[in-house]
Amino acid sequence: MKKVRIAQLSCGAEYSGVQKEIYEAAESVGAEVFFPDIALADVERAVKKFGLDVKSADLKLMIARALALVEGKVEADGVFIGTCFRCAEAAIVRNELRRYIPENSKLSVVSYSFTERTTAGTLLTRMEALTTIARRRALLAREEQTGITMGVDSGSSTTKAVVMKDNEIVGTGWHPTTEVIKSAESAVSDALEMAGLAREDIQAIGTTGYGRFLIGKHLGAELIQEELTVNSKGAVYLAGHQRGAATVIDIGGMDNKAISVIDGIPGTFTMGGICAGASGRFLEMTAKRLGVDITELGPLAMKGMGKNVPMNSYCIVFGTQSLVNALAAGSSPADVAAAACHSVAEQVFEQQLQEVDIKEPVIMVGGTSLIEGLVYAMGQLLQTEVVVPPNSQYIGAVGSALLASGFIKGE
Amino acid sequence: MAKVFIYPATSLILSDLVARFGHKPLGAALGIRERIQTAGVDSPPLQITPEEPKRGLKYAAVEVPSGVRGRMAIYGPLIEEAEAAIIVTEADLAFGCMGCARTDELILFSLRQSGIPILELEYPTNEEEGIRFVAAVKKFLAGLPDGGEA
Repeated sequence: MKKVRIAQLSCGAEYSGVQKEIYEAAESVGAEVFFPDIALADVERAVKKFGLDVKSADLKLMIARALALVEGKVEADGVFIGTCFRCAEAAIVRNELRRYIPENSKLSVVSYSFTERTTAGTLLTRMEALTTIARRRALLAREEQTGITMGVDSGSSTTKAVVMKDNEIVGTGWHPTTEVIKSAESAVSDALEMAGLAREDIQAIGTTGYGRFLIGKHLGAELIQEELTVNSKGAVYLAGHQRGAATVIDIGGMDNKAISVIDGIPGTFTMGGICAGASGRFLEMTAKRLGVDITELGPLAMKGMGKNVPMNSYCIVFGTQSLVNALAAGSSPADVAAAACHSVAEQVFEQQLQEVDIKEPVIMVGGTSLIEGLVYAMGQLLQTEVVVPPNSQYIGAVGSALLASGFIKGE
Repeated sequence: MAKVFIYPATSLILSDLVARFGHKPLGAALGIRERIQTAGVDSPPLQITPEEPKRGLKYAAVEVPSGVRGRMAIYGPLIEEAEAAIIVTEADLAFGCMGCARTDELILFSLRQSGIPILELEYPTNEEEGIRFVAAVKKFLAGLPDGGEA
């Protein structure tokens, strides 16, 4: 198979010692990273044309390379933009180029701010998404599910399975992820039972999520796909908004995704996974501390006022301590639930949503989209109505089942 | 013979000038190419590992970006070793340049703090300035211990 060519625009990757990791991540998804060939004499001209007067020569080089890609002087299938974490000058360039390239070309962009601890594994899902968008554009254009297919989403907290038949969801299964294969088997059995179908009736299977490779192999899946493209597809499909722009937000158990989607295909996206305080895990802990089921946390939060509870930290440990202190000081469980939802939404808003262009409709998906207090808090921060489509908790499984129908024989 | 740190560290012209006057240039030994086909303008010739940014903690705190610390792991020991330095500011990219402006600030600060003799010059923009530039470099180098004629 022809390798997908990813243009690297970066500052500091080599001196951070992570260039090897970037190569490895690309290699593992059948892509190759290259540096657009630029004449030194063209660098200052390009910087002047772009209008962002930066001091660092490597940032100037990034700008010149971006212009060469946009102007078609250098051909690529996708773009990886990487700069050092905590560098303000680089962050400005990274942000502007991430916006500039998709607006002025058909190239998809993924960006990342690295430290010396960044590994190929951290970059893998992003590279895989970039490669998929370049390689499988035709597959991603699919807007209708056909035949009988199954999608399985092996997430860090829960495993979801969906059986679809003739563009309808006919069976679902949902189990906590314990042993990856066992959890997938349980979810699949439930989905098949609800659909009234047997394993042999399934014409194609798609898998996604952290355990996608393992369960994909176990189930003999036709499609094994990272969750960025699958969730984008699933979100616009379930929301009935397959054409035009949309923003997909998925606050997961281990990482969060914010994806700017155009016609169901990711344009720019961010994936955060460093802090548990910005994840569904924090809400699980809050529910446990309040003695309510996670399903009750959302309605409870809707009755409370988050502002009544002082939250001094985004950290899952200290944040939980703030909630405990608030309860001890007499705050109501409803106020505490609302404060927890606001804290997670605010952290995602501040750290991730700044990196994608928010375009309406904003679609929230994944298990946490069922926590209405969280959806409300996000809507307040974004000053827009957030759409939660039906079956949003099955987003990865639905996206996988939808895309898997492209692999049915004769399709 | 004195050990002379050159800035920009990638300047082959400065490196050559220092060597011609009998001193040892301390720099990156990297030429800036007409076409850039590597990740950065001053891409290192050897693979830098994640260990370098950690070694760079000797010169910059942990909140300083990893790329700065990785560079300081290379240039920090050279600055410690240097007995003199020549700094050329506002240089044309082709003369020699460093990829990261923040590292530049730290390198120049470290040099100025070290107390070694330093010659600071602006990059010449015409022939007359060029002649004065070379003359100033020559005079500075000749004044260093065991400096010789070119």
